[in-house]
Amino acid sequence: MKQGIRIWGLILFFLIPAGMQAQTAEELVLKVKEKFDKVNDYEAKGKMKMNVTFIKAPVATVKVYYKKPDKMKIHNESGISLVPKGSINISIANIIANAAECDIIDAGKEEKTQLRVIKLLPRNEAADIVLSTLYIDEQQLLIKKTKTTTKENGTYELEMTYGKYAEYGLADKVVFSFNTKDYKLPKGVTFDYDDGTKKGDPKDKLKNKKGRVEISYSSYSINKGVADIVFQ
Amino acid sequence: MWQLLKIELYKIFRRPRTFIAFAVIAAIIFLIQVALKFGGEEYVGMMMSGLNSTFDAPADQVMNGYFVCFIILNLLLIHVPILVALVAGDMISGEANMGTLRLLVSKPVSRTQLLLVKFTAAGIYTILLLLWVALLSLFLSMLIFGTNELFVARGEEVNIISAADILWRYIAAFAFATVGLITVAALSFMLSAFADNSIGPIVATVCVIIVFTILTQMQIPFYDNTIKPYLFTTHMLGWKGFFYVQGEEGVTIERSIENLPAIIRSGLILLAYAVLFLFTAIWYFKRKNILS
Amino acid sequence: MSSIIQVKHLSKEFRDIKAVNDLSFEVPAGQVYGFLGQNGAGKSTTIRMLLTLITPTAGSIEIFGMELRHHRKEILRQTGAMIEKPDLYKYLTALENLRIFALMSGMKVTEKQLMDQLAMVGLAERAKSKVRTFSQGMKQRLGIAVALVHDPRLIILDEPTNGLDPQGIADIRKLIWHLSRDLGKTLMVSSHLLGEMELIADNMLIIDKGKKIVEGKKEALLNPDTVQVEIMTDDKDKAIAVIRETNWKDCLAASANGTVLLEMQKEDIPQLNRTLAERGINIFSLRPKHTLEDFFLSLTKN
Repeated sequence: MKQGIRIWGLILFFLIPAGMQAQTAEELVLKVKEKFDKVNDYEAKGKMKMNVTFIKAPVATVKVYYKKPDKMKIHNESGISLVPKGSINISIANIIANAAECDIIDAGKEEKTQLRVIKLLPRNEAADIVLSTLYIDEQQLLIKKTKTTTKENGTYELEMTYGKYAEYGLADKVVFSFNTKDYKLPKGVTFDYDDGTKKGDPKDKLKNKKGRVEISYSSYSINKGVADIVFQ
Repeated sequence: MWQLLKIELYKIFRRPRTFIAFAVIAAIIFLIQVALKFGGEEYVGMMMSGLNSTFDAPADQVMNGYFVCFIILNLLLIHVPILVALVAGDMISGEANMGTLRLLVSKPVSRTQLLLVKFTAAGIYTILLLLWVALLSLFLSMLIFGTNELFVARGEEVNIISAADILWRYIAAFAFATVGLITVAALSFMLSAFADNSIGPIVATVCVIIVFTILTQMQIPFYDNTIKPYLFTTHMLGWKGFFYVQGEEGVTIERSIENLPAIIRSGLILLAYAVLFLFTAIWYFKRKNILS
Repeated sequence: MSSIIQVKHLSKEFRDIKAVNDLSFEVPAGQVYGFLGQNGAGKSTTIRMLLTLITPTAGSIEIFGMELRHHRKEILRQTGAMIEKPDLYKYLTALENLRIFALMSGMKVTEKQLMDQLAMVGLAERAKSKVRTFSQGMKQRLGIAVALVHDPRLIILDEPTNGLDPQGIADIRKLIWHLSRDLGKTLMVSSHLLGEMELIADNMLIIDKGKKIVEGKKEALLNPDTVQVEIMTDDKDKAIAVIRETNWKDCLAASANGTVLLEMQKEDIPQLNRTLAERGINIFSLRPKHTLEDFFLSLTKN
């Protein structure tokens, strides 16, 4: 008996910290997904700011529409909605929705932030996404950051800041970083005029090829129904 | 002076030739508008080809009245000088050719005054021509295509300007284009003072503009640094500068202009040329023996 | 009699061509001054200098007693001109043309004044027609109307009858008479046709190759005490030698093709005839040239 107790104790000794340490990666992803599943659809208002080296655009007033499982649309209320390609597919909702078709790998914790790092490897070899890395706040069950590597469009990063809508897993602010390709229009198509000032070395310009899109949401209207037509 | 100006304007606007320019402009703008109305999205797609790999750019939003106007001005403003020359190049030599110059010059009006009045009339014609362009290319396009932000595709950059920030830019651009075209009018006018037939100055103006425009558009470093800065055609494109904005972290700064000093410099160079041409015309004409 | 135009030593050179050479003349007030010369004699250049179209190389021009260079506007305000062809704005109507040039002369005119002016040249019915549709004669008359529209004191008409049919020429002639006799205007009318000048001019200036040949009253020129006599003989040189021995030796003007030209008193002609015959010179003809036409031709020959 004593021995049995000792064995159990030993098992417990090993097990409890594991249990305390938290759920497995799969469980965590599942929990996050459950939280997110509360949202069937939403319509959010916000401001979109773009920071791409070769683009100067005004801050846009946008409406973002979402509908389960993976429909999403950013609509510019005030002007031309120049939306980075693939950004829709790289949304958290999308990543979470696809998690079931991925191998989930636990990569421990990021030391500085204490966020849980989980890597998702799509099982489908043909998928555009090669790897998604999620940085999850385990207490609040919120994804704070994702990094997604794609075959076609390089690496994307999402960084979320949460506030009022945290209970639905919806961020107040999303920063989307992506790789941009060179932009150069052939002469004749452009509307250029040489004002005689010396331009900086074009090579310097092209080095910095990260683009950033920042959406600050002011309000969400959740589960009020969104017509399919807006996604067209 | 006002009386003389009225007479000159009367003479200009009673001639059928004057309205050719207005009709040609209307026809060109109409053709462009029709083309863009029915095939504009493809055109925009072509223009945004550099962006399409990274962005979803909605062609239907890009294609709006402001954008259409921008395209029209890009296509049209290179050719309006020819239409300006049609009238300005005829102001003096046309009278010589018709035989009315000797009557005009034997009237109690000084030659300097006569030339200033004639040039002013040519300038007013030019301004009216541009107002006509503005009316059709901007306001009609706004009616047909609606308004939205303006998408400006540059060689290595895209500028998007919010709808509320555009109209004044067009007004400034048209004002600048006026200066450019007045310079053309002055050139044509000067050649007109030298000649006794109408065709010569008109053809000469057109030739000068064609040659200069080719030099302007040729990307040859040898010319870029030597003669290009002195060609007035180079500076005539300065109106585009009003659509190049400053940005802060990628965000367009409202009411900003990327390089205002360059635009002002171009404008001043154009004005300097115009004044030079006009003074040369007056200087020559005052001494000219009217033998026509 | 005061002079309206006073030209002194006027010259104009175009490169190496002397179009007008040291020309001086005076146009008396209230008269028709005929300005005669062959085509290319320098009439148009002279007229253009009077109208400030051409700057003289040398000499002075005074009109209405004022130096033209310094009082250009005042002088031109009171001067009307038709220079060579009556070229006007073809795409405008007669009335519009007339109004434009009235206004250019600094004159405010009413529609009625313009119509009266057109009526005077017989174009009232065509007032609203475009000049493009006008015949040469109608253009000529409109050109004159333009010259008159601002009621000038001095009217300069350069070849006003050019290209007109006989009726047109007669009409212009009547108009010129009317302007001179009835309205008291001073007119300077140029022509290369002497016949015309004979009919209308009071005074006359004849120029050739830019130089004055003769100037004076028409009557004096037509019926001079001194006439030119053209003698055709069988021996020109002998005739000249004979004349050289007589009192008429200073009268010798020229000789060519077997003829001798003398300028002499009319009453001396019979005596000359006798003298030559006595010296055995056979005279084929002895012709006094007393018409202006002959005079003009003889002067401007060569």
